[in-house]
Amino acid sequence: MSKARVSPLRSGFVHLALAGYTVIALFPVLLTILNSFKDRNAIFRTPLAPPTANTFSLVGYETVLKQGDFVGYFQNSLIVTVVSIFFVLLFGAMAAFALSEYRFKGNTMMGLYLAIGIMIPIRLGTVAILQGMVAAGLVNTLTALILVYTAQGLPLAIFILSEFMRTVSDDLKNAGRIDGLSEYAIFFRLVLPLVKPAMATVAVFTMIPIWNDLWFPLILAPGETTKTVTLGSQVFIGQFVTNWNAVLSALSLAIFPVLVLYVIFSRQLIRGITAGAVK
Amino acid sequence: MSSATMSEDSIQTLARPKRWHILVFLLPAFIIYSAVMILPLVETLRLSLFNTVDGQSTFVGLANFQVLFGEERWAADFWRALKNNFIFFAIHMLVQNPVGIALAAMLSIPKLRLATFYRTAIFLPTLLSFVIVGFIWKLILSPIWGITPFFMDLVGLKSFFAPWLGKPGSALIAVSLISVWQNIGIPMMLIYAALLNIPDEVIEAAECDGVTGWSQFWKIKLPLVLPAIGMVSILTFVGNFNAFDLIYTVQGALAGPDGSTDILGTLLYRTFFGFQLQLGDRSMGATIATVMFLIILAGVSLYLFGIQRRVRRYQF
Repeated sequence: MSKARVSPLRSGFVHLALAGYTVIALFPVLLTILNSFKDRNAIFRTPLAPPTANTFSLVGYETVLKQGDFVGYFQNSLIVTVVSIFFVLLFGAMAAFALSEYRFKGNTMMGLYLAIGIMIPIRLGTVAILQGMVAAGLVNTLTALILVYTAQGLPLAIFILSEFMRTVSDDLKNAGRIDGLSEYAIFFRLVLPLVKPAMATVAVFTMIPIWNDLWFPLILAPGETTKTVTLGSQVFIGQFVTNWNAVLSALSLAIFPVLVLYVIFSRQLIRGITAGAVK
Repeated sequence: MSSATMSEDSIQTLARPKRWHILVFLLPAFIIYSAVMILPLVETLRLSLFNTVDGQSTFVGLANFQVLFGEERWAADFWRALKNNFIFFAIHMLVQNPVGIALAAMLSIPKLRLATFYRTAIFLPTLLSFVIVGFIWKLILSPIWGITPFFMDLVGLKSFFAPWLGKPGSALIAVSLISVWQNIGIPMMLIYAALLNIPDEVIEAAECDGVTGWSQFWKIKLPLVLPAIGMVSILTFVGNFNAFDLIYTVQGALAGPDGSTDILGTLLYRTFFGFQLQLGDRSMGATIATVMFLIILAGVSLYLFGIQRRVRRYQF
């Protein structure tokens, strides 16, 4: 154990600095949420005050829910994110198992090939992706987004999961083989349950960029019925620039699910980053 | 792997020459990844060598690149976007990473109270989408709402306030700093993790030798987390050179005012997809994407073969 010999003065400065930055990080978010519950006058006259009985107003939320189809946008985002994560985890784990478990010709080459996508962003292929989606008749469908996000998430998922699968004991798998389990049963029944924590980490890492992406929804699925929350709020806020109540409420609505998820999963997420990301 | 498992493997190979399950495990990932990511990437690189001549797609060699780098209509936009992109990256490296390291260093002080709270709070902006972040800061920096002038008044700097996002001279710096605000959680967390991985014995040995406080940070801890700093830098590089969302949200597809915040991502979007009166141009879009690909490839190769190999890794 290293001894914490921090002088009170020094630890005071540290707390001052950290608390100061915490305010910088949280203030804009809190300001937006607080003001979304106030009427127009109060937003401008006392922007820093919390809503009181006099200034409380939900007019912004009423506008947003009446004018924009936010429920539909949420649904689209949810479908795209959940289905993509499912395929990334399933196909990623399968490929990671093949790469870490078996020796076969071209194993290393396959590993390298699948790792290209960790560093090279999928966006650079957009010109041809759009062309392909047009040819396949998938423009303005959620399927197009799911395909792109699955491909985008696979490289990192395979990389992280194969690192973890290497740590699963060989004895266990060989015992399974002696008992007559097929390779598929060994994967699904023995290995997958053991790498669950790694799967959770991968799920969180995969989820954030998908939920927040603006580029592909804008290019592949800009139609009203396929808009995701990110694109939906972008378009909606763009139309209501001068209606501050509506803008602040739309922003708060978009922040809210992220905030709830973060409060629930922050431990998992931070543990994932601090355990697996730096080697 | 011991030799025992190797011989066992070769016996298996002899007994069952076709191990179909390997194919079954690999195929789904391989097909989706190849079809949606690798082939389009290759096709985009190929398209950059073609252009439409008399309504027919024709091989034109490097002519598209000559147009992009040299022809008046394209070159000015391209070089400005490239320059802006490097400024965008430089601001991230100069502000985001040092502040991130400082925050990580403070958070990793043993037995610091409230550390979990600070860590969780500072990481929050990283999870928000560019759209949310862009609009929030647009409101806060807006002279109409007056939040920023109010705070500057408190510290007596009100006369320095200007609508930074609306001025060509300051817009790029303002947008870059917004992006720094959002992304600072990434360097903070990765370096924090690296600092936690330094074993106690190393720190104790340093303390026995009288190396504490600042000099301990500079002489012991910082050299030990250099690999993590290298990784953060390359992640920043790749992220910055394919950035688009934040600038599109804050300044629109034209990356105003007067194109002063235009970077390669927004240029690619306008060129390929078209905007207002400008028609989309597939070949030139592919050409710009190819240039971005080469820049990112150069950066990643430099990191993998130049920096990562040289930085000494310490095994604990």
